[in-house]
Amino acid sequence: MPATEQDFMDNPLGENPTLEDVLDSFEFLDDWEERYAFIIDLGKQLPAFPDDARIEENYVHGCQSQVWLISHYDETSGKLYLLIDSDALIVRGLAALILVALNGRPPRDLLATDIDELFERLDLFNHISPTRGNGLRSMVGKIRDIAAAEVAA
Amino acid sequence: MTDLSVVNTATLKAFDVQTIRRDFPILSQQVNGKPLVYLDNGASAQKPLAVLDAMDRYYREMHSNVHRGAHTLGDRATAAFEGARETVRSFLNARSTQEIIWTKGTTEAINLVANGLAPRLKAGDEILVSRMEHHANIVPWQMIAERTGAKVVPIQVSPEGELDMDSFTTLLTERTRVLAITHVSNVLGTINPVTAMVSQAKARGVITLLDGAQAVPHFQPDVQTLDCDFYVFSSHKLFGPTGIGVLYGKAALLEEMPPYQGGGEMIERVSFERTTWNVLPYKFEAGTPAIAEAVGLGAAIDYLSHLDRAAMETAENALLQRANQLVETVPGMSIIGTAAHKVPVISFKIQGLHPSDIGTLLDQQGIAIRTGHHCAMPLMDFYGVPGTARASFAFYNTLDEVEQLFTALQKVQRLFA
Repeated sequence: MPATEQDFMDNPLGENPTLEDVLDSFEFLDDWEERYAFIIDLGKQLPAFPDDARIEENYVHGCQSQVWLISHYDETSGKLYLLIDSDALIVRGLAALILVALNGRPPRDLLATDIDELFERLDLFNHISPTRGNGLRSMVGKIRDIAAAEVAA
Repeated sequence: MTDLSVVNTATLKAFDVQTIRRDFPILSQQVNGKPLVYLDNGASAQKPLAVLDAMDRYYREMHSNVHRGAHTLGDRATAAFEGARETVRSFLNARSTQEIIWTKGTTEAINLVANGLAPRLKAGDEILVSRMEHHANIVPWQMIAERTGAKVVPIQVSPEGELDMDSFTTLLTERTRVLAITHVSNVLGTINPVTAMVSQAKARGVITLLDGAQAVPHFQPDVQTLDCDFYVFSSHKLFGPTGIGVLYGKAALLEEMPPYQGGGEMIERVSFERTTWNVLPYKFEAGTPAIAEAVGLGAAIDYLSHLDRAAMETAENALLQRANQLVETVPGMSIIGTAAHKVPVISFKIQGLHPSDIGTLLDQQGIAIRTGHHCAMPLMDFYGVPGTARASFAFYNTLDEVEQLFTALQKVQRLFA
């Protein structure tokens, strides 16, 4: 079934939980196992992704797993909504983390967010190399491109 | 007199894995706070001190360009470089060093042969490969097929990961010109029955190439017994440096083939009227070669030849058996590739997990494996998987490391459950 506007607006990530919620929870996680368990759980909160959107145009290249990303810009609120899917569980968790930081934000705000700084605060770069084919950079890059296109429009 | 050899002069050592491991300095480090367990040997193997020292010594004491004469360093470099070629000849039991061509690696060696055989190929001819080939033994043939009108035909694979011999017999026809197959599968670890296949192919006058990249780290091939026309492998999987590999070819075919690249070294005489080629093996070695790397590969082979290879094969087989026994301790885990004859390589999946999930969480535990399609997409399609996780062992791995792998996999499985 194609994604409706409502599907995008119903994606709670960014509102529930918020970035602050995630940062607070992360502080109490001691070792890599707990951090990964948390990320994997977050991935389980990704809303369903429409089957008919798994097409080349929405494919995020540069990941070892398959990743798809679609967006909807809501004219009324001026906010950009995103849906992401992957067949790898850790990548789903990272995608959810990205959505917590970037989903449902005005494109200008989104572009002003320093995502590297965020991941450093989460101490993720010590554990998840951005170059290791998990597609973190590719996903963020694609989202920033979409936001930049909305700003330019 | 200065000793110009860079040969490891140690006598045959008994095989003791803990002693052996001390020869590989990289293995004694920590990764992510855990002792490194290196199980990605199929992608690239680690180097013994003998290799590092030989290359270091070459650069400190001998380096100069080869085959240029006129001074002492040039003679030393040439002696070391050609000495390494003789070491490779002896390793493969080739008849002559004329038949040993240096390449960048297995990939370049296959491209060289495919280009060299192109003049023999025409529309309607067939090049027989298999469904378990690395892309390096598929794509060069597809490129030549496109140029000549020939066709690349794959031998089928059984669900256990063995070549389907009925498929081979059916596909080997009067149209077949080339049989190019892997000696050992990089994904499955299967040791293919290449001697019988080469002999069947030869009976029909078919030219044969064996991809030995995954074979030579585990056992020593004899090209005269195999009787193949070409045998190719890479140094870096054989505990030698990157950037160099070997093409063995029968002299008669190499003589017939046109040069692959033009330039210095490969010519006899150049003029604007007529340029003639150098003799074998230099005809195929345009430009200044990877001299230090050749010396390093020679040192790797010397190192191996001073170990008890029979004992090493027994030890490697014990690693594989232990891994097979432990599969049932990880819920949802299954092995892809259960051939009767295998080198110690296991490709596997765990139900519900993506290979990249497994690789990432093993790395957290200090364990290096390979995940992905392993440059064998047609084989991934056959098994209906996006990729596999692959643990590939070398003789310096221990039974304890096999057990650590499975303890770590149990943890991974629990984390996702």
